[in-house]
Amino acid sequence: MGILFPSDAWIKALMEEINRSPGYAEAARNWEGDFYFVVEPDGPLTKPVVFYMDLWHGRCREASQVDDESAKTPAYRMSAPYSVWKQVIQGKLDPIQALVTGRIRLRGNMVNIMRNVRAARELVLCCVRVPTDFIG
Amino acid sequence: MWFFKTPEIVFGEDALSYLEQLEGRRAFVITDPEVRRLGLVKPVEDRLRRAGLDVHVFDAVQPNPSIRMVRIGADVVRAFNPDWIVAVGGGSVIDAAKAIWVLFERPDLDPLAISPMEPLGIRRRARLIAIPTTSGTGSEVTWAIVLTDPEARRKLGVGSRENMPDIAIVDPAMVMGLPPRLTADTGMDALSHAVEGYVSTWRNPFSDAMCLHAARLVFAYLPRAYRNGAGDPEARTQMHLAATMAGIGFGNAMVGLAHSLGHALGARFDVPHGRAVGLFLPYVIEFNARAASDRYADLARAIGLPGPDGPEAAWRLSRAVLELLEALEQPQTIAACGIPRDDFEADLPTLVEYALEDPSTLTNPRAPTTEEVEHLFLYAYEGRMVDF
Repeated sequence: MGILFPSDAWIKALMEEINRSPGYAEAARNWEGDFYFVVEPDGPLTKPVVFYMDLWHGRCREASQVDDESAKTPAYRMSAPYSVWKQVIQGKLDPIQALVTGRIRLRGNMVNIMRNVRAARELVLCCVRVPTDFIG
Repeated sequence: MWFFKTPEIVFGEDALSYLEQLEGRRAFVITDPEVRRLGLVKPVEDRLRRAGLDVHVFDAVQPNPSIRMVRIGADVVRAFNPDWIVAVGGGSVIDAAKAIWVLFERPDLDPLAISPMEPLGIRRRARLIAIPTTSGTGSEVTWAIVLTDPEARRKLGVGSRENMPDIAIVDPAMVMGLPPRLTADTGMDALSHAVEGYVSTWRNPFSDAMCLHAARLVFAYLPRAYRNGAGDPEARTQMHLAATMAGIGFGNAMVGLAHSLGHALGARFDVPHGRAVGLFLPYVIEFNARAASDRYADLARAIGLPGPDGPEAAWRLSRAVLELLEALEQPQTIAACGIPRDDFEADLPTLVEYALEDPSTLTNPRAPTTEEVEHLFLYAYEGRMVDF
């Protein structure tokens, strides 16, 4: 039995997984920057879901589902339809390739992103390790 | 979803004459002092003038272009306001030209922020032609830009699909007089592109075709081009095509760990790029042997090395690369590059960090740990066969 994606419980499970991961801790040891991860309506998902994550020097300090996207102004905003996130979490889609092809869209300071692609991969490996049930 | 992108490629004898067909007002030629001294810029200038263009030559590009240098180039190009930018040179010149072009069109941009994830919106003012004067870099057909941070002694890869040259002119006349050492260094770069592009996790059927044939051509013609130089125009021509094909291949598939290790070593110890990546290639093939055995078996067959499939094919290929390095009188170990053991060991943590953070590591068929990268450096220092 997995944790339903997308949900507040799922993003909190991801936070725990990140904070257990030596790979992420090492790859992201210089990373400073918080994110919105936006799951856009697609297939069985009828309303957008927004997750907030505060990632800081190889740790996740805060993670939650947010109802109002204007509540915070994170440094980065990453968005994609539900079906794309599902493929990433299942390990079927390389997230960097998805970014390059525009299937995942990213806004924020690209200088930092270009220097931290390994941290992005470790983050996705954490996602893959979260036992997940999908809504459809 | 994936893409396969190339510029228009004009190739073969007298390909340079294509420049006479250009339409425009002003052409800004970017090159380096050595290429200009060798007389390779003059025929480009002459043909551009025959097309009725005003020509300005900027020959201040240095090897391993820095962020500061490309900013200076962008200031100069802005004053001339061309509608064509023409890069004449090796990888450093072409990479610098791509960055200068982007900054000409987008002065608001930090060059380190050039990424495939955000639209650049260039080609409003000028287009880019790349004319390689070495057979190896492939930069004439890729969107990759390698810049150097001289203070940190670090190479930084940036680029966007938009900053790929519009036209690549692959004229063998531009490489006939290439010195033997440069032939060997750049030729090994081409082979590393072909082999790493073929096993990359981003490979695709289109890049496969380019990489496989490029590897065939390099094994067949690089020793001849190195030995015979201008006395073997066939070898020169085939190597020039091989380098461009390998560039198309890896440009659409990425490379792997030999490039990550090579970038780090090159930046820290000033080893030429092709020499550094060529040195690491056999070690990386051995490291990847089990993860990509079928791919290495394809490559081994393509270059005429019969034998069983599986990891043994990778080891056969690795030995063939070592034999090629020997034929080209290239270093097969880091020690043979003249780097003292103490200096190497003192820098090892930085080398490992830079290699791990290099984007090329992401597309290597076997994801290495920190310890494995350190071991690869140590094995390559001593010339030991990889057994982990």
